[in-house]
Amino acid sequence: MRFLFKTDYDDDIRLLPHSGYVYSYGLLLAVLLIAPHVLSSYLMSQLVFVCIYATVGVGLLILTGFTGQASLGHAAFLAIGAYTAAYLQQFDVPFPVYFLAAGLLTGVVGALVGFPALRLQGIYLVIATISFAFIVEEILARWESVTHGNEGMRVKTMQLLGTSVSRDSPTFYYLCLAVLVLTIIGTLNLLRSPTGRAFVAIRDSETAARSMGINVSLYKVKSFAISAAITGFAGVLFAHKLSFISPEMFTLQLSIEFIIVILIGGTFSLHGAVLGAIFLVMIDPFLTYLKDDMPGVIAGVAAAFGAGKERAGHIQDAVAAFASANGLKGAIYGIIIVVFVLFEPLGLYGRWLKIKLFFQLFPLYKRATFKRQKIYVKSERNR
Amino acid sequence: MSYFRAENLSLHFGGLRAVDSVSFAVEKGEILSIIGPNGAGKSSIFNLISRIYSPTSGKIFFEDQDITAEPAFGIAKLGIARTFQNIELFENATVLSNLLVGRHVHSTTQLWQELLFLPSVRANEKAHRRRVEQVIEFLDLEPYRDKLISGLPYGVRKVIELARALCSEPKLILLDEPSSGLNVEETDDMSFWIRDMKNELGITVLMVEHDMTLVNRVSDRVIALNYGRVLAMGSPSEVQHHPDVVAAYLGA
Repeated sequence: MRFLFKTDYDDDIRLLPHSGYVYSYGLLLAVLLIAPHVLSSYLMSQLVFVCIYATVGVGLLILTGFTGQASLGHAAFLAIGAYTAAYLQQFDVPFPVYFLAAGLLTGVVGALVGFPALRLQGIYLVIATISFAFIVEEILARWESVTHGNEGMRVKTMQLLGTSVSRDSPTFYYLCLAVLVLTIIGTLNLLRSPTGRAFVAIRDSETAARSMGINVSLYKVKSFAISAAITGFAGVLFAHKLSFISPEMFTLQLSIEFIIVILIGGTFSLHGAVLGAIFLVMIDPFLTYLKDDMPGVIAGVAAAFGAGKERAGHIQDAVAAFASANGLKGAIYGIIIVVFVLFEPLGLYGRWLKIKLFFQLFPLYKRATFKRQKIYVKSERNR
Repeated sequence: MSYFRAENLSLHFGGLRAVDSVSFAVEKGEILSIIGPNGAGKSSIFNLISRIYSPTSGKIFFEDQDITAEPAFGIAKLGIARTFQNIELFENATVLSNLLVGRHVHSTTQLWQELLFLPSVRANEKAHRRRVEQVIEFLDLEPYRDKLISGLPYGVRKVIELARALCSEPKLILLDEPSSGLNVEETDDMSFWIRDMKNELGITVLMVEHDMTLVNRVSDRVIALNYGRVLAMGSPSEVQHHPDVVAAYLGA
């Protein structure tokens, strides 16, 4: 185990506390930078989606993880970002301008959503954000002069510094990666400043936050705005990656996917957003495997155990029917959420920390290290 | 004019008069204790002062300024800090970040500066940290800096809450039962700290307390409440021997 001897206040402020962090994150960055030259185009495409989902995850973490305000409406923020980009593109607005405009507009909308949300707590806030998402979805479908309704909108290839950047090019991947890295650094900066501490204070005790001089309403609105703006930026990249957007892409299921990203990854650290995004993006290839290969494999196993040819064929058909059933994806999402909430509430990053500590302390690791106890009654009535 | 003044303060919940036209004044640099049986309205008075509740009627003055209509988050800016009876710490944060939240009223940085973590933000952070470090030394909290609140014992949490209030550099501090849940030794420490706050830091103290030993040891004056009304006011021994106070505690 490494012991840090702190000799300066900077030791507590630094983002990378010691050389180990510098090496491991440097290595990670190097791997990510050479990835386009090594990986197949399919994997690169998946990696771009990881970057986009992780960016949204970071945005959602600011609101849900650090400020404690749940939201099931982030698909709507993503949609606003995406549609702003598609709309402004029609007037030949350059990419940097509509990218910033999308973030700004989404941030303003986020702040507006934040105001009515000030009076709402917990499950009621979730309901309010769901209804916000439905309203946005409806507007996108009906406001045909701007959004082309259910026909959807085509997103033109990105023009950056006079060259066109195709959605499958390494440049586009680098752009997504840069947005993700900058978002993470900005968020980390925020979290080590008074604003970030105010967010955490509001999450843990609004009464105490108020009595410490924190303007709870103002900071909740700020949190909503920042979270929405980040999601709006991601929305622009999302639109470019898909090259076509329509209202039915920004449904409740997408909002749930974002919740999965942070819930699976871990809601207490930004690592969670990235790990959760990787996990989520891997679900689709897994489903494809389930559909294409799984029936054959199971039938083969059945045949090996002595099932006749006809019987094996029946089994193959049954498994295939199950694997391609409607709503299987939603069911899998539901199961994943339940399993994680029950067995690993700290998420993948929490699991990683536990494994790390296990080896650091071996053989003295105690399971109870990560058990959080809430013993003392808090004055909820004073909220 | 008194330093801090409550005038005919009332708080009614429907028919229940939790606080019933209470008037009192706190002089600068004194330690004033509020005692009374359970449900006498002591904590309600604290919640009125820190604006968690709004008074049904009456006014509150601090440094000759009417603060009755001040928003809750504005009270700390004026220099009034408080602790809570049931401990309201930020559970899933470290002790240091809890204490740094106490510095919130003194933070001047803007959001965009914080996003970029400009040198000015860093300088501010270090200045805050220096002040926090002084409070840590004052209350002997050195072993706990990087610990999460959720893993700390009750007695330590109580001290951290006091530390967080002190970090905002208050002029007036409201202590809601500082000794509840503490053992004899910890209560002794608390009484020294309360007196040091007055003598060394020059903070005026208003506290609600049940432990009469602590009250006798530190208070300059005592107010006894029952059913939301003031029964007696004066030196600790005067109040304890006041016939109404004896009746309230022991029954007539």
